[in-house]
This record gives sequence, C-alpha cells and structure tokens, in this order.
Amino acid sequence: MSSAGKLAAPTNSTRRVTYVTAMYEAIRDTMRENANVTAIGNWIFGLHANHLMDALRDEFPGRVMEPPVAEAALVALAVGAGMAGAPTFVDLATGSFSFPAYSSIYNEAAVVHHLSNGQLSAPVTLHLMHGMRTGGGEQHSFSPQALLWNCPGLEIVIPSTPHDAKGLMRTALKSPNPTIFVDHTSLSAVEGEVPEEDYAIPFGVAEIKRPGRDLTLVATSRQVAIALAAADTLSREGVEVEVVDPRTLEPFDEATILGSVQRTGHLAVLDECTLRCGVASEIAATVAEKGFHHLRKPPLRLTRAQSPVPYSRTLEQVLLPDEQRIVEALRSLVDA
Amino acid sequence: MTCTAGGAGELSRDAAISILERMLVMRRFEEKVFELHDTQQVVGIIHVYIGQEGTGAAVLEAAGAEDLILSTHRNHGHVVGRGADLGATFAELMGKATGLLGGRGGSFHACDPTRGMLQTSAIVGGCPSLAVGAAYGLKQRGGGGVAIGFFGDSALEEGIAYEALNIAALWKLPAILVCENNSIGVGELKGDSYPRSILASERLSRIPEMLGIHTVEIANGANAAEVFAATCNARRRCLAGDGPVFIESPIVRWPGSQFVFPKSMGATDLEVAFGGSAAGREDREWTEEHDPLIRWAAEIAAAGHATKEQIRELDANVCSRIDAGAQFAMDSPFPNPVTATQRIFA
Repeated sequence: MSSAGKLAAPTNSTRRVTYVTAMYEAIRDTMRENANVTAIGNWIFGLHANHLMDALRDEFPGRVMEPPVAEAALVALAVGAGMAGAPTFVDLATGSFSFPAYSSIYNEAAVVHHLSNGQLSAPVTLHLMHGMRTGGGEQHSFSPQALLWNCPGLEIVIPSTPHDAKGLMRTALKSPNPTIFVDHTSLSAVEGEVPEEDYAIPFGVAEIKRPGRDLTLVATSRQVAIALAAADTLSREGVEVEVVDPRTLEPFDEATILGSVQRTGHLAVLDECTLRCGVASEIAATVAEKGFHHLRKPPLRLTRAQSPVPYSRTLEQVLLPDEQRIVEALRSLVDA
Repeated sequence: MTCTAGGAGELSRDAAISILERMLVMRRFEEKVFELHDTQQVVGIIHVYIGQEGTGAAVLEAAGAEDLILSTHRNHGHVVGRGADLGATFAELMGKATGLLGGRGGSFHACDPTRGMLQTSAIVGGCPSLAVGAAYGLKQRGGGGVAIGFFGDSALEEGIAYEALNIAALWKLPAILVCENNSIGVGELKGDSYPRSILASERLSRIPEMLGIHTVEIANGANAAEVFAATCNARRRCLAGDGPVFIESPIVRWPGSQFVFPKSMGATDLEVAFGGSAAGREDREWTEEHDPLIRWAAEIAAAGHATKEQIRELDANVCSRIDAGAQFAMDSPFPNPVTATQRIFA
C-alpha cells in the first residue's frame, strides 16, 4: 500500500459533517486567510444548504457576489481578476452550464501561465456538479471532466468524500493555477468524518480507499462508494479488490495506480463519463502503455453508455452499470 | 495632469508631445512589421494598428502606471504605446526567446505584464470580459487603478461582451471599455476585403447605455485631444467608484487594413502635415483626410508645441529606435525547443 494511500488519522476534533459543509469550511478558512479571495455564486453548496450560503455572505460582506446567469463572462472575469492578483472562486453549478464558458476556460484560463512564459498565473477555482442525478435529463446530467482533462493547463479535482472535499478545496483555493472542482450532484448530502481544523490535501496523490490483492478498481467521485460496495460483495467470495481513487485527474498520480496494478495484475476503471475519450479510457490507456507487462487480462472500462441521458428513471438507470453488473464484470475479469 | 478637449493647443506641451511620440512609435513599428512579414521573419496572420493611433496614444497617455491594459489581436500599438521594449516586442512577433513572452504569443498575443499591459485575447469578445475581470480584481484588492480594455466593434457581436457589460454595470467595476470602431468607411464584404462589424444597432453605445453604463461617443477617433479628455474623465469616474465607462471611438479604417492580410502602403511622410502632398500614395485620400498622425503633427506645430524640425527630429529618433529594436530581434536566438511544454502550471 502506498504511503500516500493512508487516511489522515482521526483527531479529537473530527466530526461527521456533510460534503457541502466540508467544502464550506475550506472556502471560509481560505477567505479568512486571504482578504483578496472572493466567491461568486448563488447556490455554491447546492439548492438545499442555504444556511451555508447565508453564513458565508454574513461573514464576508462584499466578497460573496451574486452573479447574473453569465457563465462565459464569469469565468473570464475570474481569469482577469486572478491575473490582477485576486484569486476568485466561481460556482458554475450544473456541469453542463460550463459549456457556454468553454472559450473562457480553454482560450483564456488554461493558457495564461504558458502564454506569458510564466509571468502571469490565473488563480481561479471553478466549481461544477456532474453526473446523473435522477431525472436530470439530457442537459443536466453531463460529466464534463473528460473534456476538461483534454485541455492542458487546468487542474482537475474530483473528490469522493467530505474529508477529501475539504482538503482538496483548500488546495484548490490556494493554487496559483486554474482549478476545476468537480462534485457529483449526489455527494452534497453525504456525511463523513472531517477534521474541524484546517488541512490541505496535495494534488496528484491518489488514495487507496481499500487494499486488495486480486484486482485494481480505479474509481472516481460518486463511483468510489459504489466500487467499495462491490468490493465488499466480492470479498465475501474471496476476491479482494483494491479500490484506488485518483482524487485529482490533473495532476494525475500514475505511480499509485501502476503500483497497484503491478500487485494485482488486473485493472478495471469505473467512472461516470461516457466511454469515448472518457476518464476511464485515459486511465486504461495509461496503464496499458506503461504497465502492460503487469496485466494478465485486458483492462476493463465501466462507464456511462455512449448515449445522451433520458429523463425517465428506468431509461436513466440502465446507462450506468449498477453494483450487480459491476460485480459480475469484475468477477469475470479475475476468473481464470 | 490637465485634461481638456479641443485640440493639441489645449494640452500641456509635454502631454501633446508624449502623445505624438507614442503615435510615431506605433506607426513606425507597424511599418517595420510589414518589412519583417514580407521577409518571413514574422510569420502567420498579423493585424496592424495603423490608423488607430489617435485613440490608442491618447488613452495610454491618460492611463496611470497602476492601470491594467488589455487588448486584442490588434494589439501592437497598445503594447508599444504603453512603453514595452521595442526589441522585445519585435522579438515576440518573430517568436524569439528574447520576446516579451519568450515567443509564445507572437502577433496575436503580444503583451507586457511587467508594464501593466496585462493580457491580450485574440478571441473576439475575450478582451472586454477579461478587462471587466481585471477591474473586479482591482476593486476587490482595493489598491486603486482602473482596467482599460481596447477592443473592436465586432466584439459587441459576441454574447460574452453583453454578459461582461452587465456585470461591470451591476458591480460598478472600474473598467474603461474602449471600443475602437474601425468599421467606419468600410463597404460590404467583397473579394479579399476585411470584414466590418455586423450589428443591428447603428449606435454601438446604445448597447452599454441600456444597461445604465456611462457612455461616451467620441466624434472623431483620430482626434487625440478629444480621446485624451474623454479618457481622463472616464478614469475620474472609475476611481470615484461610479462604475464603468464605455468609450466608442469611431475610426476611419486605413485602406491597408481593408484586406484579409494588411497591405503596406509605404512609409508615412510627415511632410503631409506641413503642407506637403500625398499625391501618388495609394492611401492618399485617407492620409490627407483621416490620418491621426498627420493630423496631430499638424496640430502640434500649429499650437506652437514644436516646430516642424523638432517633430522631424523626434521622428528620426523613433525610427532609429525602431531599427535598433528590429535588429536586436533579428540577432536574437529562437527559444530552446525543450521549453515548449514548460511552464504550463505555476
């Protein structure tokens, strides 16, 4: 097990709080620390955590901005502000709302440091919620992280637990680079152990969420919890699955994943992006290229089907492998 | 700084001469760019600033050292007008290691963050949104200064410009949005001509105006005195916390820019400012009627700020600095190829 893969030891001040509360604490602590940091957004913590928005607005008058619906300009505004020395957090809400802002993300945010030959940076954090949310339909169910990973110059954070959300948000807000913070919609209300005190989790450090000798299952975001449930099921059959959570896509911790595959000889990737050029595809390709000699079978990609997401729940559910299908797929991967 | 309208005579001698020098640097720079482009030392698409100097030089004269300037693909004039090193600017356009950005930006993206020439976006509509962002950053930091964004009329065709104007107005941001409307006098798209803006509103200032933004319609963008006074007033408003100002500066497009690739029409002859003839020039009418440099040189002489000989001497001095800058760039090395993928992240 990688040394990077150990959970921080619980402290006396650790409590169970929701994912969005953990995010809130990281934003609050950063705004306390740096008076130049501002936050732009109306429902940064989702539609059901207005008390957290109120707390943020009350503590930081003039620094929590209520924006118009203008994603393209808000991202560019954050880039301009960042270049002018004011790190800026922008909530883009649902992931597909980032699409009108792609010029500002690709053409502006991502190139600032490289184009200026290192003279400028764009300390910008963009928050968006991805994934199928039950009834989101064709336009509110996207997982844009693969699109964003395709663009050099963006850091991409994709936490799976409240603990990681707080520590990674802290790092995102302190980063000099444009950082996309991607949550799954259904994670907002998930509770977990979170230290009360300030801490930061470095980017590019995957975590082994569950050790196992037989198969490496790389999972991201909400799929980490599903991967852990599938691993428990298979454990009862004597198959030990190692669940690895990259936690950040950019920078990407290849070493922890390759090290795991070296021990297990099998790779499956579980991710909610679509198949083509998706996150699972990139991870599988990386392992195939650099760890082919460790693999005893071809890698397996478990992703959303290459299809738009329909509204009706029976149609929506079938697009993603559920725990049972995941278990079956993993079982067939390790069967001799 | 005294800011008044009405001609070079109403400006201090220093300000008037300084504007003239900025205009000369802008003009002679572009004339040299044509040479370098013809000889393939500057490659790719270029956009030149010729004809817009009356606006750019006046705005930059009014700007403060703490202000942040942002521009577009047509940025050369703003960059050298802000005082960027000429050698480093030529080197940037030639993709040399000694360029302002180490050769990473070229003509499309030249800027000089060390002098507050913060950024250029060659995406139409990018500049106004970044400029509003820079203004937001300045306001949140509370240290003063305004953000000045130069962009063309076509930027207003983009939805992001509307979004940016709305935010600037809502949050009373210290942004001066200088729309250099260089579609004046341009006919319909034909052959290899360069497009004009295609907007349903005939008065561009109506667009920011409906959002409650203070707008200024310059009568003639070649009149540096008028632009200078308007910019000084705009800065005062912004610094007083009164929110953004939109300045529309109409500029009769220089005929050399009416092609997809700009076409050199020969070096500017300052003699036209002193009664000489532009006969024989392909851009004769424009030179005699609309050239802001010719106009300003004549005004300065008429106001008694400088003699013809002094103006010629200043021009010769600028030309020799331009030559030295270009030579520096030509003598400079290209960047080491291994650096191409460096500095992606801070």
